[in-house]
Amino acid sequence: MMQWFPENISTYGQGVDHVIQVIYWIVGAWFVVVEGLFLYFILRYRRKDGVRAAYEPGTSGKALAWILIPAVVILGFDVGIDLVQGPVWNEIKLTLPAKPDQIIRIKGKQFVWDITHPGRDGALDTADDIQTLNQLNVPLNAKIVFELTAEDVIHSLWLPNLRLKQDAVPGRTIKGWFQATKEGDYPLACAELCGSGHGTMRGQLHVLNPADYQKWLDENSPQSPEVSSLGH
Amino acid sequence: MDTKESFLRKYVFSVDHKTIGLQYLITGLVMALVGGLFAYGFRSQLAWPNEPVLGFGQVDPDLYNSLVTMHGTIMVFWVAMPILLSGFGNYVLPLMIGAKDMAFPRLNMMSYWTFFLSTVVLLSSFFFPGGPAKFGWTGYPPLSAQPGFSGVFWGGHLWILAIALEFASMLMGGINFLTTTLSLRAPGMSLFRMPILVWMLDIASIIFMFSVGPLIAGAFMLLADRLFNTGFFLPAAGGDPLLFQHLFWFFGHPEVYVLLLPALGILAEIYPAFSRKPLFGYKMIIYATIVAGALSFIVWAHHQFISGIDPRLATPFSITTIIISVPFAIAVFSYIATLWRGSIRLTAAMLFALGMMAEFLIGGVTGIFNGSAAADIYLHDTYFVLAHFHYTLFPITVMAGLAGLYYWFPKMFGRHMNEFWGKVHFWTTTISFNVVFLPLFAIGLAGHQRRIFDPSLFDYIAKYQYLHVIATIGLIVMIIAQVPFLLNFFISMRKGKVAERNPWRATTLEWVTPSPPGHGNFETDPVVYRGPYDYSLPGLKDRDFINQAETL
Repeated sequence: MMQWFPENISTYGQGVDHVIQVIYWIVGAWFVVVEGLFLYFILRYRRKDGVRAAYEPGTSGKALAWILIPAVVILGFDVGIDLVQGPVWNEIKLTLPAKPDQIIRIKGKQFVWDITHPGRDGALDTADDIQTLNQLNVPLNAKIVFELTAEDVIHSLWLPNLRLKQDAVPGRTIKGWFQATKEGDYPLACAELCGSGHGTMRGQLHVLNPADYQKWLDENSPQSPEVSSLGH
Repeated sequence: MDTKESFLRKYVFSVDHKTIGLQYLITGLVMALVGGLFAYGFRSQLAWPNEPVLGFGQVDPDLYNSLVTMHGTIMVFWVAMPILLSGFGNYVLPLMIGAKDMAFPRLNMMSYWTFFLSTVVLLSSFFFPGGPAKFGWTGYPPLSAQPGFSGVFWGGHLWILAIALEFASMLMGGINFLTTTLSLRAPGMSLFRMPILVWMLDIASIIFMFSVGPLIAGAFMLLADRLFNTGFFLPAAGGDPLLFQHLFWFFGHPEVYVLLLPALGILAEIYPAFSRKPLFGYKMIIYATIVAGALSFIVWAHHQFISGIDPRLATPFSITTIIISVPFAIAVFSYIATLWRGSIRLTAAMLFALGMMAEFLIGGVTGIFNGSAAADIYLHDTYFVLAHFHYTLFPITVMAGLAGLYYWFPKMFGRHMNEFWGKVHFWTTTISFNVVFLPLFAIGLAGHQRRIFDPSLFDYIAKYQYLHVIATIGLIVMIIAQVPFLLNFFISMRKGKVAERNPWRATTLEWVTPSPPGHGNFETDPVVYRGPYDYSLPGLKDRDFINQAETL
């Protein structure tokens, strides 16, 4: 199953993949057993001349145990799955890094991602902020906190390689975080139907090594000679 | 009772629950074809994004959004609801409890015609400027709240109006089911002698009634936002888009069980009849279903794990969501245990009923992935979700629905459907269904987000384009596979083998009536002496079943 997944490049992505794998093996095993039994019964108990069906209304304690024991086992597995997935969820959505390396502001609007990066001074809301459309630039291994919002309708920030998805809701600023561990360009998309341009609302995440990131800052921060509002 | 009725009174404005049931069934079947046709439209676009689609022309993003919105809306509200709940419910429920008709026959007639009107309103939106709704079948605001965002004005109003009418109709139906069950049971028909299908229809009606209020409130607020700029869901006016999602899913998730329960009810009649065994654990199934029904009200926010609600809510909703698997596991195991040491006959009805369970299990286990908040971060709004709920809703609606049709057809029309073509129908439908939806799990895992009209624009999913092609070919085969069914259905109605009263040698009350039953149902008022599933009772010599209305 995992061969379908895009490459994971975030610190917490492995956790998500692990949860999916754990569930896969648990429900997969149940699925095979139950379908197997189901199919076996259908084939084994096909009508034969002279053979009568058993009268078994399933009301005796012993008969009910056949149903209730597996149900209790399922409950046990359910609890197990929750114990595995809970901490992963908490790490990704409940806790923000105490000292982020960078804070980035992302706004979804019909039909672009409007992204504000801190400029050379490392702070937002200053003259050297770098604004881009659909281009999210981050340094490798930096702890990034994002402030996500939407201007018009609900959008959803979708970065498959980071295992990151978060709806962007007008009127709310939702904070989240990620830390990218591999250099390169990765897809960024909108995962919530947002109108006729939804299918074209796409961008890119650029994970840059420190030198390249510095170069990008130097070229784009408005204090530099050539000002660009569209990233690269 | 059976005085001469005018054509209009008998076939159009009928107050006979059987005619009304058939009206719902036929309307639902017609809408299934419409919804299927829309699926063909956008699925072909996905497979061959740069080619015009035969019959639809070039599918631009606007048309694409219209088609997916109307497909979802139609399949859930105009196919699954009318067929499972209203269609079979109306036809079978009074017969099964030994009633002459529904408690409120005129209300029943009104319920169908309100539903019919809702259908007309919904489909008429295609002919208004701006076209039909294109904000998804869940209609999330602000996209749906202001015509400027989606480019649809009249279509949105009509969509809300149609749903309101449809729900009014379902409420009338639900009240009728409950009142009929409580007040019109034949002597001896205690609650714990009722067939499971009756229980399921009643529990589904109760779930529907308790959950629909918030949605109606949400729809009103949405309409007010659209018409009067009230801003319930618009942050600029002090509203909150997430409020709608809570109202919608407080209804929307229980709705899944509103559909599932009648489907399980249909199976509960068919498994015993074709394995000649009592339903295993009758009371336990009922109790488990009641528990599941109650739990269904506290799972809604699993649709909203990443919507921006407080992330601390994810854990409790994850737990309730995953735990609801337990009562359903009890029901499913009981059904499977019904087959154990049975004498199974694989008729078309039984094949569809077995197929329903086999496919539904895939839908059930894949739900665990989405129910787990951490996994849902990745899987939410991808094709994985889409594949999951089609593996849930298709078996519920189509396979259980068809199982019911093949099973009660002899009662409905006094004739049999052709079994050979029924089996051909089963195998072609089942195989092609899996060809459509198995590949969608894979592209979902690859990260393919939903509702984009051209996957080739995204490199990471463009390489799996062949899976869309496979799925689309599967869908085309699936649509073609319905042709023999339709021919079989309509030809058998007139020319099928004549059916006796109880062709399947079944135990519930509807089978003591003539096929088809006249207005008023029973020739003599039935008296009930036993539970609903006395198959292969020890001591019976000449046969292996005894009807509820028979004494030994």
